[in-house]
Amino acid sequence: MSKIVKLKKGFDLKLVGKAPLETANLAAATTFAIKPTDFPGIQRPKVLVNEGDTVKAGTPILIDKAMDQVIYAAPVSGEIVEVKRGEKRKLLEIKILADQTITHENFGKIDLNQDRDALALKLASTGVWPNIIQRPFGIVANPADTPKAIFISAFDTHPLAPDFGYTLKGEEKYFQAGIDALAKLTKGKVHLNVDGSKPVPAVFSGVKNAQINQFSGPHPAGNVGTQIHHLDPINKGEIAWTVSPVGVVQIGKAVLEGVYDASKMIALTGSELTKTGYVKTYVGANVSSFVKGNLNSGHVRVISGNVLTGEKLNLDGFLGFYHNQITVIPEGDYEEFLGWLKPSSSKLSFHKAIGMLSFLNKGEFKVDTNTHGEERPFVVTGVFEKVMPMDILPTYLFKAIVAEDFDEMEELGLYELVEEDVALCEFVDPSKNDLQELVRHGIELLMYS
Amino acid sequence: MKALQNLFDSIKPNFEKGGKWEKFHTLYEGHRTIAFAPDLITKSKGAQIKDATDLKRVMITVVIAMIPALLFGILNIGHQHFIASGEEATLVDKAIFGALSVLPILIVSYAVGLATEFTFCVIRNHPVSEGYLVSGMLIALVMPPYIPLWQVALATIFAVVIGKEVFGGTGMNILNVAMTARAFLYFAYPAQISGDQVWTYLGDKTAVDGFSGATALGVAYNASIDGAPVVDALNSHNASFGADFSFFNMFMGWIPGSIGETSTLMALIGAVILVATGVASWKIIVGGFGGAYVMGLVMNALAVNEYMAMPAHYHLVMGGLAFGVVFMATDPVSAAQTEVGKWIYGIMIGVLTVIIRVTNPAYPEGIMLAVLFMNVMAPLIDYYVVKANKTRRLQRATV
Repeated sequence: MSKIVKLKKGFDLKLVGKAPLETANLAAATTFAIKPTDFPGIQRPKVLVNEGDTVKAGTPILIDKAMDQVIYAAPVSGEIVEVKRGEKRKLLEIKILADQTITHENFGKIDLNQDRDALALKLASTGVWPNIIQRPFGIVANPADTPKAIFISAFDTHPLAPDFGYTLKGEEKYFQAGIDALAKLTKGKVHLNVDGSKPVPAVFSGVKNAQINQFSGPHPAGNVGTQIHHLDPINKGEIAWTVSPVGVVQIGKAVLEGVYDASKMIALTGSELTKTGYVKTYVGANVSSFVKGNLNSGHVRVISGNVLTGEKLNLDGFLGFYHNQITVIPEGDYEEFLGWLKPSSSKLSFHKAIGMLSFLNKGEFKVDTNTHGEERPFVVTGVFEKVMPMDILPTYLFKAIVAEDFDEMEELGLYELVEEDVALCEFVDPSKNDLQELVRHGIELLMYS
Repeated sequence: MKALQNLFDSIKPNFEKGGKWEKFHTLYEGHRTIAFAPDLITKSKGAQIKDATDLKRVMITVVIAMIPALLFGILNIGHQHFIASGEEATLVDKAIFGALSVLPILIVSYAVGLATEFTFCVIRNHPVSEGYLVSGMLIALVMPPYIPLWQVALATIFAVVIGKEVFGGTGMNILNVAMTARAFLYFAYPAQISGDQVWTYLGDKTAVDGFSGATALGVAYNASIDGAPVVDALNSHNASFGADFSFFNMFMGWIPGSIGETSTLMALIGAVILVATGVASWKIIVGGFGGAYVMGLVMNALAVNEYMAMPAHYHLVMGGLAFGVVFMATDPVSAAQTEVGKWIYGIMIGVLTVIIRVTNPAYPEGIMLAVLFMNVMAPLIDYYVVKANKTRRLQRATV
């Protein structure tokens, strides 16, 4: 039975710099990197290659010694140019200089009629497995687990998010194969959740072997966490998996072609990019060729991902493993005379406090990284609830994490959340607390103690 | 503005680590962030942008919502004075007289409160918070016009220290700060904040013959003792001076009382600002008025004396109910914090106010005690609302 869910709570951020549905004519990226820091669950990362080694796309270059069945593979073929470590030898990046033409490791087509556990181990050895995320905790799934269901959100409601209907056009065959493989891995259903307010893109409309549900409403309607809450919420002791549509296609390619094809189309967005649009590249691409010479101003922040959940990059940083988008916005390190008092309709705000007139402005907003205020204790109440379309009491949950009260954290529903689910709370909070960091702290407390 | 920025920059080294006024750096930051929204940027992970609204703007919204009540209060103090002294006066005379009696109270409240707050910021090394912007105004508005300034100062210090800072400052307090100040005075110096003599500021004048300085609540209570219909007593009170307690006069606020609390109309204007801007919970406001009205009806149904028989809608315009419900009960820190809890909390404040007024002659003004009592009860209400949420989650697990 497919479900139709209409959500009211939430907030759509309409920003300047949407990517038009066309390819941006830019130089291709030549270096790529795998960053262990992209995978919050990795406990003991081990590099399997040395600087100077040559690898093919799909060659294992990294494992987590705590879960060594899952390999993290090179997204492209080429030469390992640097294994970058930070303080205390923390592993930061494994950089690969790509060949002109990418060659792949070939591990043979995958038979879906094999035993479930064998299939899981096979997929784990191909490089596509880290696309599968476990809930609770938002970490790379363990192939030994059997999830109660698998959830795929087929649309992204984050600000300036890419349009999967465009980026995955023509990948129908692989998407279906990916769904078929996932259906073998769970004892329950595969849920494919599409945007109920728009026509369903071809790549998702004909999908079999999955339950297609429709979600509509403001962001976070497209967050898989919101969708799980309304379909089959996660309780203590249960495990569900989530995969992005891009990940499903990669899994499908591994099944049908027997290769790890890490190519993906990403959106270049944000007010500070001269040329916005889409480019075809690979997982972990160096962003410098996309942004250098393509900026409207000098003082910018390059973000891997979107403005709510992304991560700041240097101008020559590397795209995050799970990110399908780069956003470039102005850096906001300026003081503004009486900035807390001046009326404005051009500053984006969820609130309508005196002088905040952005609710009257139906246009797109140009935003920067200024926090617009200092950190304070929680004072205003009832705001988080307005942007949280789940039966969860955010303020109480946050306070439980601050107090490191394990029972409260569990009982108030931390198992249902990862960072992106509270990103809107973090944005609207007038007390400017870093709530995504707080939620990850709470998750780590539950995981490791 | 560059000059001001430069001035701040030039004194900054003194407040940095190792500077001679290092201890006072929170005050430096506090002042600089009032002049200039700070140049802080988001962290490298997490939300890369933040909403343009901060706590300062939320707080100033509340202050602006109170300005109609303040201005009307100033005018009304003058109005009441000239009625009592039997002099003819223009609107300007009234405004000037009122301003001269109200502004010192307001200044003392802000000056003493902020000084206390700053002292704690320096001692406890926490940032200067915006909470006192609202509390300072509220404290002034709930004072009678004829209050010695040292009492204002003492009550302010008590409220800031015992009401707020001992719990950890803004956001951590259990009781509403301004109500704490008023309750302190009410119990410590009852002579200056209750009875018939304190609500009209006479200065060196004497009241004209036959004038009574009683408040509407006092008149209603006395009428009840005499067994006379309350509405008649209210209508005839000071009628020869054109200062009767008709429903209209009480709604408009042309009656004696604390500086900002007399006008129901001005409180409602404030309520519209607070609700339209989303700063205060409409659930608490509607619950408060609704609870008082319904309790008034219940009193009517059970009436054994004239006060209980007073029409229920009179409760909404008498005393400080409207002001308290709109500005005090909605303080987000001391109110219930869950959405269901806000309904219960608001309704209970209305209900308790009427019960205290009608049944307990010792405390004619019920709203103060009702708000303080429900402040204390708010965590209990929330506890059960939160527990219901947890139970829903647990039940889901077993199904």
